[in-house]
Parts: sequence; C-alpha cells; structure tokens
Amino acid sequence: MRLTRTLVACTVLALATACGSSGSSTDSSNGAFTPPKLSAQKTLGKTEGTVNLIAWAGYAEDGSNDKSVDWVTPFEKQTGCKVNTKVAGTSDEMVSLMKTGQYDAVSASGDASLRLIASGDATPVNTDLVPNYKNIFSSLKLQKWNSVNGVAYGIPHGRGANLLMYRTDKVSPAPTSWSAVFDKSSAYKGHVTAYDSAIYIADAALYLMKSKPSLGIKNPYALDQKQFDAAVALLKEQNANVGEYWSDYLKEISAFKSGDSVIGTTWQVIANLAQSEKAKVKAILPSEGSTGWSDTWMISAKAKHPNCAYKWLDWIVSPKVNAQVAEWFGEAPSDSKSCDYTADKTFCATYHAADEPYWKKVHFWNTPIPQCLDGRTNVTCVPYAKWVQAWTEIKG
Amino acid sequence: MNDTFGRRIAGMLHRRPRLRLSLLLSAPLLWLVLAYLGSLAALFLSAFWTTDPFTSDVVKSWSPDNFRTLLTTSVYRDVALRSLAVAVAVTVIDAVIAFPIAFYTARVASPRYRHLLVVAILTPLWASYLVKAYAWRIMLSEGGPLDWLLKPLGLHGPGYGLPAVIMVLAYLWLPYMILPIHAGLEQLPANLLDASADLGARTWRTFRSVVLPMVFPSIAAGSVFTFSLSLGDYIAVQIVGGKTQLIGNLVYSNITLDLPLAAALGTVPVAIIVLYLLAVRRSGALAAI
Repeated sequence: MRLTRTLVACTVLALATACGSSGSSTDSSNGAFTPPKLSAQKTLGKTEGTVNLIAWAGYAEDGSNDKSVDWVTPFEKQTGCKVNTKVAGTSDEMVSLMKTGQYDAVSASGDASLRLIASGDATPVNTDLVPNYKNIFSSLKLQKWNSVNGVAYGIPHGRGANLLMYRTDKVSPAPTSWSAVFDKSSAYKGHVTAYDSAIYIADAALYLMKSKPSLGIKNPYALDQKQFDAAVALLKEQNANVGEYWSDYLKEISAFKSGDSVIGTTWQVIANLAQSEKAKVKAILPSEGSTGWSDTWMISAKAKHPNCAYKWLDWIVSPKVNAQVAEWFGEAPSDSKSCDYTADKTFCATYHAADEPYWKKVHFWNTPIPQCLDGRTNVTCVPYAKWVQAWTEIKG
Repeated sequence: MNDTFGRRIAGMLHRRPRLRLSLLLSAPLLWLVLAYLGSLAALFLSAFWTTDPFTSDVVKSWSPDNFRTLLTTSVYRDVALRSLAVAVAVTVIDAVIAFPIAFYTARVASPRYRHLLVVAILTPLWASYLVKAYAWRIMLSEGGPLDWLLKPLGLHGPGYGLPAVIMVLAYLWLPYMILPIHAGLEQLPANLLDASADLGARTWRTFRSVVLPMVFPSIAAGSVFTFSLSLGDYIAVQIVGGKTQLIGNLVYSNITLDLPLAAALGTVPVAIIVLYLLAVRRSGALAAI
C-alpha cells in the first residue's frame, strides 16, 4: 500500500523533478542549516505554455512601461511560454507570495533566498539545464545566499552595492567613511537618511566591524547577542539625527533634491537618477566597504511550469537580455558577456561589473539565522525575526 | 404552469410578512456576518497563532504570546499611545476648523451659494489621496512653499515628522467633519436663536447653551470619521511622517513576515474604536447618523 503510494507520488513528481536521489543536503559542518530534501530536475521536458514569475519592479519588462524596454515578448515568441509577472515590493512580500505555491520562479535577494530554501519553497536548480550559467561571473556562483553545501538553488541575476550618497554643496568635507552617518551624524541632525528595513542593521554591524574591532564581528549578518546589541545601540543613537527612512527610491530622490536629506545610504541607480535631475549629489563606496544585494532567480518547489521557468532563467541571464535588464534597473549584470551588449558602452565600468576588488568590499544581503553564518559554533546568532523586532524598536 | 407556481409563491409570501422580510434580509445579513464580522473574527483568531522565526510560516498553535508581546514591549505601547494622540489631535483640530466653515455654509451664506460651497468642500475628495499627500510632501519640504511663506516672519516650516502628520491628516479628513456639522446646523430652527437673543443671551451664551448642545451629535458623528480614519492611516505617515511610526505602519511592516503579530496589532485600533463608538453612543450621537 505504502509502496504504491510512494510510486504514484514519484510518477507524479517525475514530471517535474527526478525522484529519489538527493545527496544534496549533507549535515551541517560549516554552520549552515539543513534544508528539506529536494532535488533538482534532471532533464528539461516540453514547455508548458505559461510561466508565473515574482519579480522586482523592472526585472520582467514587457514594453508596457517603455515601448523600447521589452525582453518578455521575444521570450514568449521564442519559447511559447506566456509570462505572468507579479511585482513584489519587498523581500518579505516575495517570501509570502512564494508560500502560496502559485508561482514558478522568483528573483529573490539574499535576505529572502535562504528563507525560501529552508522552508522548502525553493528547489535546487540544475545549472546544466541553464546553458548561459557558464558565462556568469564566478564570484557570484555558489555563494552563501544562493546555495547550501555546494548545491545551487538559483541563477545569479545581478548585483549592486549600498552606497553612501551626500549633497556636495551641504556636506563638507566630503565623507570617506560610514562614520558620517553614525558617530558623526549629529553634524547633519534631522537630515540623515537610512534604508527602511531590518536588514539595515547589517550596515551598522559593518561599521562596527572596522570601528570597534574588539566586538569581533566577522560577518555583518552573523551577530551574536552582544554584537547585535552594539549595532542596535548605534542605530538608536543614529535615529536621533535621522530625518526620514526610505524604502521607496522616488521618495529618496525627492528628499535629496529638496535637501530634506543630505547624507545617507543609496543605490547606484538612485544616485544616477538624482544626478540626472540636477541634484548636487555624489555616491561613494566608503573605506569600510558596504553591504549590497545580489539577486537570484529561484524555482518554486511547487512549480507547475518548471520547464518554462528553466527557459526563463536561461533567458534572463543570456548576454543581451542581462545587459538590457541591468541597464534598465541600474545594477551590475551577472553575465560576463553582457558588457558587450549594453547600449551605454561605459555602463559596465560605471557599475563595476567585472571589478572584483570592488565586490570584495561588498557584503551581500543574507538572511541571519541562529547558526552563525561566519562559521562560529560556540555561540548562537540573532535570527532575522529578532532583527525585525529590533528595527521597530530602533525607529521607536 | 410556471405562472401558477409563481402566483402560489407570491400568494404565500403575501400572507406571511415575516417570511418575506427574512428572505429579503438574509442576503445582506449573510454578507454582513460573513464578510464583515467574519473577517474581524478571523483577524482576532489568527492573532493567537505564531510564526516560524526563520521561514515565516504560520504555525497554527494556540498561544497568547502575541498579546503578551504587545503589552510588555514598550515600543508597541508607545506607538499605540502616539496613534491615539494623533487621532485625538486630528479630531479636535478638524472640529475647531469645521465648525465656523459649516456655520457659514449652513446659516450665513445665501441659499444660492450654499450648494456651490458644499460642492467646493466636497471637491478635494475627488482627488486621489496619494496626490494630496505628495502635494503636502512638497509643501513641507526643506525650502518648500511653507518655509518660503514663513520666512518673512522669521519662522521655519515643521518639516517632516509628527506635526506634519497631524496637519496632513487634519486636511485630508476635514470634509468628513464639515458635512455632518453642516447638516446639523441646517436643521437648527432659526427661531431658537431669535428666542435666545430675545431672552438677552449674547453670542457666546447662545453658542454654548443653544447651538452647541443641538449640534453636538453632529460633531460626534463627524469625529467618528476623523478619529477612525486617522487611527488606521499608515500612508500619509510614510509620506510626510519622516521617521514617525503609527500603529498602521507596524501592522503594515509585520503583515508579510509575522501575520499573527500583525493581527494582534490590528486588534488594538479595533478595540480603541469600539470603545470610542460606545462613548459616542452614550452621547446619543449615533442616532443622528
């Protein structure tokens, strides 16, 4: 009876995923957690005619925002997979949308990806089925936010750093360190801005990593209680000088243009847009390095259209399309060949696409979990749920 | 055949008015109970669940932890009190501004202009909430129109923050306060004012002893709108509130990650509004709505 049921289950599953063999989730030796046993698809089957995506705004453009910005229609023509996109505003929204099981793939940032892996919502990805995977920068492959124990859970899409932006006419001398928004932020009381998400606690931890070595922070996403408390205390001090927190990039541009904000974190794309609107701003990578984001296309464990999803994954990192999406969104592409296809020939230089020393200084968003990500086993780290609660308390 | 069947039904319904009434009301009542009260009950029930701290999966086990967190964590208490204070401030400001306007439109303006004035009061409601909030964001910005206006007086605009939130909410909900007061004042018999004057009462005395008691239910009715709308608002706060957090923001920021906690937070304004409605009911104002 039991055997029959297993067999039936396997037959059903075999349509989408290969049954049985796993070997993927060995026990944690490097402080990683053990994800549910799921295995990647072995071969590609017939495309299903449709694919449902969860994406950041601007990641799946079909020409409806700008006629010339369209990489969805050619995909539909080539593969016969009709694309339905659900745009999500935050990583948390992506996580909750993926839980519905109605979507096939998601462009998850590092602070969502591990959660999706741990909950069994995302399945391992067979990179052999994604021909363009071979062109992806090696520094993006099999990283802590897109793989567990050497098993890939997605295809890198692109990356960007959280920079320090300031008004050149109001901030002098020009800052070179994050101290301008932490220890020395009182100089700009009421005009400091910061990213409105719990993950921003990592920015404070990164600063403490350099300014207070005695705390022993090695990875801003692996904080034990003492280190975490120090970061929270630093942010509570900063709160007194913050004018507003931003999560909507249009809001940040308007605040910098008017001078309501004169210094704070930003993304490259925001700095470019603000400069194009004649705001006197400059964005730098401070001496301590910075936090950043690296997005990964992942496939749902409950995907109803996995073959179309694989086609999409390959499409979005193909050199031409990856160049298009990176330019539209304003991020560094993940495909090493895409730099040949950007409309603006200086694009890859501006966004440091192949500048490995630059990315060495960037700590990509990751989901904090009790098992310290820096490999420590003698302490437990503060998990993300606690970060969220602390963030509410920091804002008061 | 069909016709006779229809006639029989019609005849039966005609003879039994109670059956007729219950059939007529069952659809809207069902909607009220299921969609309206049902969702409130679901909100309350889900507040007792918990979430997996890492994967954010809702764990359906019974626990009062969320309410304990709510009561013991000082930040939630502070935010709830702050939201209550904002709602009260907005209501008071709206009442103070709305009364003279409503008095003018209802009693002073000539009947020809009265309708035009009411239309003018209603016009802002036709513009999108977001457009109005963003307009205020520009007005309140550093060196913006408000700063420019106050500069000759040696003053500075309030900038983004709690005062800005109260200002913008008071602006947004003002029509909801003016209209009930306008209606109340319109119904005020003119001869009462004359009688008060004949008996030697001056303006202030007439206002306090005649007008205010008569229109108080209307003010209370308007305050139900301004109070509950302010208590639940989270968008204006994000736009002009700077770093201010109100209870709506906490619900919003928890809803994707920790649904049970968001539900527990969501019961706070519900409880406050129920208490407020009970208080308003005691004043007899609900009879006027």
